[in-house]
Amino acid sequence: MIQFFLNRELRSERALDPNLTVLRYLREHLRRTGTKEGCGSGDCGACTVVVGELVEEDGRERLRYRSLNACLTFVAALHGKQLLVVEDLEQRGRLHAVQQAVVDRHASQCGFCTPGVVMSLFALQKNADGPDRERACEALAGNLCRCTGYRPILAAAEQACGAPEPDQFDAAEAETVAALKAIARGGTELAGNDRRCLLPASVDELAALYAAHPEARLFAGGTDLALEVTQQHRALPLTIHLGGIEELKRLTPGSEAIEIGAATPLADCQAALAAEYPDFGALLKRFASLQIRNQGTLGGNIGNASPIGDTPPLLIALGARLLLRKGGTSRTLALEDFFLDYKVTALEPGEFIEKILVPRARPGQAFRAYKLSKRLDDDISAVCAAFNLLIEDGRVREARIAFGGMAAIPRRATACERALLGQPFEAAVIERACTALAGDFDPLGDFRASREYRLLAAQNLLRKAFLELHAPALPTRVTDHV
Amino acid sequence: MSELISHSQEELAALFRAELLTGVGRSVRHESAAKHASGAALYIDDRLEFPNQLHVYARLSERAHARIVRIDSTPCYAVPGVAIVITSADVPGKLDIGPVFPGDPLLADGSVQYLGQPVLAVAADSLENARRAALAALIEYEDLEPVLTVDEALRRRQFVLDSHSHRRGDAAAALAEAPHRLAGSLRIGGQEHFYLETQIASVLPTEDGGMLVHSSTQHPSEVQKLVAEVLGVPLNKVEVDMRRMGGGFGGKETQAAAPACLCAVIARLTGRPTKMRLPRNEDMRITGKRHPFQVEYEVGFDDDGRLHGVHIQLAANCGYSPDLSGAIVDRAMFHADNAYYLGDALVEGHRCKTNLASNTAFRGFGGPQGMLAIEEIMDAIARHLGKDPLAVRKLNYYGKTERNLTHYHQTVEHNLLEEMTAELEASCDYAARREEIRAFNARSPVLKKGLALTPVKFGISFTSSFLNQAGALVHVYTDGSIHLNHGGTEMGQGLNTKVAQVVAEVFQVDVSRIQISPANTGKVPNTSPTAASSGADLNGKAAKEAAQTIRQRLVDFAARHWQVGAEDVQFKNGQVRIRDRYLSFEELVQAAYLGQVSLSSTGFYRTPKIYYDRTQARGRPFYYYAFGMACAEVLVDTLTGEYRLLRADILHDVGASLNPAIDIGQVEGGFVQGMGWLTCEELVWDDKGRLLTAGPASYKIPTVADVPADLRVKLLENRRNPEDTVFHSKAVGEPPFMLGISVWCAIKDAVASLADYHLQPAIDAPATPERVLWGVEQMKKLQQPQGAVHEHAGEST
Repeated sequence: MIQFFLNRELRSERALDPNLTVLRYLREHLRRTGTKEGCGSGDCGACTVVVGELVEEDGRERLRYRSLNACLTFVAALHGKQLLVVEDLEQRGRLHAVQQAVVDRHASQCGFCTPGVVMSLFALQKNADGPDRERACEALAGNLCRCTGYRPILAAAEQACGAPEPDQFDAAEAETVAALKAIARGGTELAGNDRRCLLPASVDELAALYAAHPEARLFAGGTDLALEVTQQHRALPLTIHLGGIEELKRLTPGSEAIEIGAATPLADCQAALAAEYPDFGALLKRFASLQIRNQGTLGGNIGNASPIGDTPPLLIALGARLLLRKGGTSRTLALEDFFLDYKVTALEPGEFIEKILVPRARPGQAFRAYKLSKRLDDDISAVCAAFNLLIEDGRVREARIAFGGMAAIPRRATACERALLGQPFEAAVIERACTALAGDFDPLGDFRASREYRLLAAQNLLRKAFLELHAPALPTRVTDHV
Repeated sequence: MSELISHSQEELAALFRAELLTGVGRSVRHESAAKHASGAALYIDDRLEFPNQLHVYARLSERAHARIVRIDSTPCYAVPGVAIVITSADVPGKLDIGPVFPGDPLLADGSVQYLGQPVLAVAADSLENARRAALAALIEYEDLEPVLTVDEALRRRQFVLDSHSHRRGDAAAALAEAPHRLAGSLRIGGQEHFYLETQIASVLPTEDGGMLVHSSTQHPSEVQKLVAEVLGVPLNKVEVDMRRMGGGFGGKETQAAAPACLCAVIARLTGRPTKMRLPRNEDMRITGKRHPFQVEYEVGFDDDGRLHGVHIQLAANCGYSPDLSGAIVDRAMFHADNAYYLGDALVEGHRCKTNLASNTAFRGFGGPQGMLAIEEIMDAIARHLGKDPLAVRKLNYYGKTERNLTHYHQTVEHNLLEEMTAELEASCDYAARREEIRAFNARSPVLKKGLALTPVKFGISFTSSFLNQAGALVHVYTDGSIHLNHGGTEMGQGLNTKVAQVVAEVFQVDVSRIQISPANTGKVPNTSPTAASSGADLNGKAAKEAAQTIRQRLVDFAARHWQVGAEDVQFKNGQVRIRDRYLSFEELVQAAYLGQVSLSSTGFYRTPKIYYDRTQARGRPFYYYAFGMACAEVLVDTLTGEYRLLRADILHDVGASLNPAIDIGQVEGGFVQGMGWLTCEELVWDDKGRLLTAGPASYKIPTVADVPADLRVKLLENRRNPEDTVFHSKAVGEPPFMLGISVWCAIKDAVASLADYHLQPAIDAPATPERVLWGVEQMKKLQQPQGAVHEHAGEST
């Protein structure tokens, strides 16, 4: 059984198909049709809802509101949380301040994306400290609008975040916190339509369950796995949801490495990684949309072994390691050894990623990362590149260079690295390394980019990294300009 | 309202003196804004379902071109919940649902013409079951050779409709004698509509063999006609009701009909209410898009850059059937001049038949493609002569008294090009920024800035002249509340709001008194599609006429009743002054009702002055032109081809605006959509004709971050439309779309800086980062003097 609050109403669901998404649950089971389906694949944001969950802050438990895509969220992920949808915002016939802002600023035309926009704005208002265009863009990059051209939506964001008055959710926060705390922690399961989803509450419990059911599919955010259901129409008979395991969501900055629990949402990795490696933070801002980053996890981005996942090239270049767990035993593995072939990893049956260990930045270390895509925000990389260089006395002492989108797996450019190692850090050497790079990869051409573009762009990214390190004052990134 | 009745004469007089705040020219909010924001606005999929509701899923062709050897639908029935499986043989009436010309079978008939064409449809108790069943059907094909590109179709002279030409003077002679000649080509990509609400219809069988159809359509009357035809019943058995669409953009002008017709056939055969909602991927595979075009041009000009003659060939990829391609290619040809006097001109349009989904209407309707061609030519001339592209553009603008005849022999009247360009050039500080950009580029080796100011002149009216008609129906009830219905459809553009403002203005009542009702074929019949930017022009006029008819009856009644002259009866801000007596509007209405006055009227409007003689390729297809200007500044990364729009300044002409907030919404939304078409939105098919970009994960429309922080949008002030349009406003739906061309030209300007602006980079549309990077490489390689005639081959995907 799973339990969650739909606004202020406790819902205890004993028999739901665990392959059911929150969107279908809302529209078809509850006939709450304010939340719209625009794509069913987490790309348009029309189905954006907000989930409130308990977080501890300064020793006090409070509610944190986050936007997510209902079309990519399995109902089991709601366990222990509060779900807010667009119909919940209006109170006693009065629009909520974010809704009023949308009306006042002429921010709706056809209105189909509007409920999703409203929910993204609601989450933004709850988390923002005043109006901030950049933050609003981040909050809204996953909400496609085909009518307005977005300017009035940003104006609505500005109005909504201007001086928000406390609303009914603030007034009820203590009560909601208490109600959510009353929902039993501990493991549970959801079963229906001959499908099961197990919800362990600890790593040990997970290890035991997965060892017993190595055929189960693991998910934390589920933003990738849900596509198998919504887009490929496959059934997932047995899933294990990791979202309830607090240990897996911890981020601990150690002296050697930042230890990140595999089920830590990308949104929660952003600050720590940005502080250590600014380019990592910049890339995460362009990683899918905020709705996805609120759900999708660092472990998931690695575990799904996509050749175009955005974080693996960066993590490989940084020399990240994985702590893997199977039953009662653990091992560590360099991330670069994790990916074996297209969608094939070194994980054994029943084994899972427990932690990602990202080495701390060292003095003299230069880290640059780039993502190339047709659209700057919320797009999939044609090429993703990461350069981790240690340059001392004008020579390249260490070089770890990794690419995504260039092969069946994200991997290092070893010939390119060799061409740099020990050499003076100068243009002629970079050109030789570019030549070597062409031998490292034999990329495919597809609808994102041709083979030729991928190769040239990959070389040019090395040239760019060189320029940025060599002549830091030079403007080199369109994303730096506002 | 009833409260007002007890107001004193002084109070009523004071109200009478005050201005009506919700009439025309006011920024009244969209009539559904609060409902959009609260989630209360109902779209078709949000309507309550019946207990025996059926859901339809179509099985799509896996081949681009093949003969269907066998269809076995027996495995479908093994899936639980399946009610019926239909193929083309099961359609009781006419199979073809082509809107103007035949060619669109509701379900594939003997052969499949594109990959994604519906072959059979399954109705079941859930969409999931219908899908499972549809995928279980066995279909055997015998492959035929597909034609997938314009090149191949041109080579085979395979067209869906005949080619057409516009001529003025002797283009060949002018080209031969011109001091300079350039030839070139340009490939222009298509565009997916990406309305947020996918195609949907929900049909309920009624008595007498009729159907009540809820369809998300821009053209209820056509859905009515086609549903009647596929059922084989007269039109009066079918009622189509359309409250709102979740976006249309042209994509629901003709192509909303198929789901409605499939539902109707199934509802007829099963007797059950039937709904078909296309999942996003299926929508993108089944339905047509903006036409990709291929342009070949030859242009002759003098040392100043003034055009002497052009020969422009526009070849559209129409897909497998005519759909609206006849009129779309016509409009591309009508806009091959954009704002420029072409000199002696030959403009040819070809409608190529390929084995792709049938391309269809999309905001601008071919106009953008025609315009892009001439804007490319303007840039090419400027590069060739080493001039600023804006100078070449201005030099070639249509004149006011001479050089003002288009290549289809319509005189360009009320030309605002020069004054608007002057205003925008000054307000955006074009000259100074041009210099700043040159300086920036000189010191920035990786990032380059580009600037472009481009005009829009867009012809307003359906080019099929008969479509320029509209009807409306207005009732005034005894409490003074008003029911408004018109033939237009609301897809977000604010049409209902504008038409309500028109009626509010006529009666001088607050817009809140007016209840907008769904477009309904039972209320206003024989309507034209809400398309060609004509919604407010046509339906606003029709509604105005209906309201004026009723108002005149009220005036006549009041004159009789109170024995005053008609000129003594005046309406203002909810009040009526009858010589020196004040009444509230509803008091007069109540009195008129008791006086047995009809308080209901239809209204009708047809656009005057327009005609087009196709045999002569001459006429006045457009009632008037709408103008716009945009100046875009971009930043391009010459190492990756990435770019960003930094600033955009827009000045747009809407005549006397009916609603400035709504008009600005159209201008901004159109601009961003046009920019998307030319930048990040790329349709890619594989060599089997399969659309590889069939979802938002692969097909990228602009996001919020693509809109510049510095966006300065202004409506041209104090320019009433000189023509007698509704309150002298101008149409605004499509024209701003083409403001996006400025972004594409600015990207090319940035790339051209690499060759000191002496070479025109061959960057086709859309200018994806990849195409931009190839343009950069081209500039690097080609920095040598060019011949008088150069050919640049565009790369394609």
